[in-house]
Amino acid sequence: MFEDKERKLCIICSKGTLDMAYPGLVLANAALMEGIDVIMFFTFWGLDMITDKKMDDLKCTPLANPSMAMPNGMGIPNMMSILPGMTGFATSMMKKEIAKLDFPPVREYLQTVADAGGEMYGCKLSMDMMGLTKNDLFEEVNAVVGAMEFMEMSEDAQIIFI
Amino acid sequence: MTERVVAGKEVHFDEQGFMADYTEWDKDVAVELATEIGIDPLTDRHWQVIDFCRSDYEEQGDAPTLRRITTMGGVPTKELYKLFPKGPAKKVAYVAGLKKPSGCI
Repeated sequence: MFEDKERKLCIICSKGTLDMAYPGLVLANAALMEGIDVIMFFTFWGLDMITDKKMDDLKCTPLANPSMAMPNGMGIPNMMSILPGMTGFATSMMKKEIAKLDFPPVREYLQTVADAGGEMYGCKLSMDMMGLTKNDLFEEVNAVVGAMEFMEMSEDAQIIFI
Repeated sequence: MTERVVAGKEVHFDEQGFMADYTEWDKDVAVELATEIGIDPLTDRHWQVIDFCRSDYEEQGDAPTLRRITTMGGVPTKELYKLFPKGPAKKVAYVAGLKKPSGCI
């Protein structure tokens, strides 16, 4: 049950919405709790998760998301989702549900992952495209790396793309 | 369910290898279970985690998540991973005589 296995998990986070940030965070933390080494790689919109000015303000939108419903189970028509304020409303609703389950906000979750020994890397190409430097990122991010370096560090790892 | 002698006591374990009855636990059992999985010796900080887990289990009926241990038990994440390295969630529950934790956080 507690034998030392060398298992490594790479999680590629490519989305910057609140609802798509959590699957990566939950899996990374769960893997660390299980004794599995974790590397998180943030690319494209996933960089928002580790961009200091954005990470506390990720949003989710009901637009074009038929799975998203009101707490009473009623669907949200796209016609309503385009109204001003709907994204803010959906975001605050989701933040409340997340807090109810005692899951921390994104920054705190990433801090937990870092404290538990998880590594985090920003994608160089995406950062160049968005005009970001390492100084714009959450302080616990280990480095900014290119795709080839990522290939090296993910050798023998299981990879999850989100 | 299996049974084996731990610290001179008959102790029952469930299919997943965790103690089936937390009342069979005592400090000597904890010391032996910890040694089995390479945690030796148990320091005061280890005991703080173990004691919190057991009292939380009595109140909640479930082994606490690591988040509960860090936010309510007063042991920060970094330290928890040092005390119970490589997979603290299960190791803490195992040494504290509790079932495998079911939480995701």
